[in-house]
Order: sequence, then structure tokens, then C-alpha cells
Amino acid sequence: MAQLPVRIILPSTAKKGDIIEIKTLIQHAMETGYRRDDVGKPIPRDIITTFAVTYGGVEVFKADFNQGVAANPYVAFTTIATESGELVFTWLDERGAATIERRKVTVS
Amino acid sequence: MAPQQSKYAPSRRKVIASGLAVTTASLLHSPTRAEVEELTKTIFEITRGALPRYGRVKLTLPELAENGNLVSLLVNVDSPMTTDDYVKTIYILSEKNPLVIVARFHLTPRAGRARVRSNIRLATTQQVVALAEMSDGTFWQGGSSVIVTLAACIDGG
Repeated sequence: MAQLPVRIILPSTAKKGDIIEIKTLIQHAMETGYRRDDVGKPIPRDIITTFAVTYGGVEVFKADFNQGVAANPYVAFTTIATESGELVFTWLDERGAATIERRKVTVS
Repeated sequence: MAPQQSKYAPSRRKVIASGLAVTTASLLHSPTRAEVEELTKTIFEITRGALPRYGRVKLTLPELAENGNLVSLLVNVDSPMTTDDYVKTIYILSEKNPLVIVARFHLTPRAGRARVRSNIRLATTQQVVALAEMSDGTFWQGGSSVIVTLAACIDGG
């Protein structure tokens, strides 16, 4: 599976020790597995199951999703601006296909 | 801890009953016993039998959701988020969705604050519970009731 479209909003600069909020969204139908297609055949479940964020190589946030999470999973969370570095956002679907995005934050 | 647990153990029914009271007070539809038991069972599976305390967890959901496919959720847990006192995991649990566990959010002291926003699906009018596991092993819960006018999980045709 190709890289899915994602949106990430976070400040590019922050003061050391500040709590920053990071908003993330990945475009995905989050097919529940409860629906049926035009001919009545069940549509198999197809969801993003995990979302993890590392900051400077350390995991700072992780989420596990079930089909109760709405389409285009949106998650906003906070982290402390500890150092200038890279945040890596990884989404995994239930077949293990990954979508990975990177963002830099400059901490002064 | 142990004597306290044994004191509380026989009153699980009361917990269920109090959950019911909260729900029925604010909703038109009262949950069936099976649905409440499913939610309660899941809670006790997560807490490994411990009784979660009420408080510290604030779950904010719209009182009225026009579309159950997209319900915005905000969960706030009262915690200093220091290395020896922080929220480890927040569970979002639904009473009437086909699957009780909606999502789990794993936090670390580096979050600074225990606050998570997301969007969830709700099959119908129901109670939603946020259960927080703290670093000291205790569990706290907070809930919110949502009236859903257009349900998720239903067939389009």
C-alpha cells in the first residue's frame, strides 16, 4: 500500500519546556466490517490499528484503534518540547502496511 | 490495598447499578442488562478485577450528536504527568457499539499533560466511558452520555 495522505499540525518552533499540541489526521475509510456492498456481500474490516509517535527516537505517544474510531482518524495529543529534533509519525493498518511522516521542531 | 478490595468486591452490582442510574437519568433509551454487563465485564478485564474510582477523568462529548459516524471526543485526566505519577493508558469504552473498546491512548510523562482529542463512531444513543490507568496501577473513570440521531454502523441501503 502506498503512503496515505496525512495532515500534521505542530509548531515548527517552541520554547524548551513548553507543552505543544500536535494534531494529526490520516485519510483512511476505517471500514468497520459491519457494512455490506451493493450485492449484499459483507465488506471486510479494513482499519488503521496503531499510530505511534517518536520524538528524538523515543516513543512519546501511541494509540490503538478499533473500528469505533471515525473515518480519517484524527488524534490530537501533547508533548513537552525537550530538544530540537525530529518527530516520526507511524500509522499501521491491519495488514501491517505503514505510513510514515517526519516533522522537525526547533526548540530554543 | 487488599482489605479495601475485599470490602468493595461484593458491591460490583452496585457499580453496575450506579452506571445504570446515571445513564437512565439522562437518556431516553435505557441500556439492556447485557449491554451494561458487556461494558462492565470489559472494565474489569482491563483493571484485572480492581474497582475503578470515579473522578480525575473528564470525558467531553457533544450532548447531541447528529451523526454517529463522527463524534468529537476530548478526554482530560487530572495528573501531574511527572516520571513517578503519570497516566499510562486511557481506554475509550462504549456501551452499545458492537465492539466495546473504541481506542486506547498510551501516554508517557513526556506528554506534559494528559489530554487527548479524537473522533469516534457511536452506533446509537449511549454512555461512553473513559478509563485511565495510572502509573501507580490505580484506575479512574469518567463518563459522558450522547444522544445520537443518525447512527453509525448501519447499512446504507
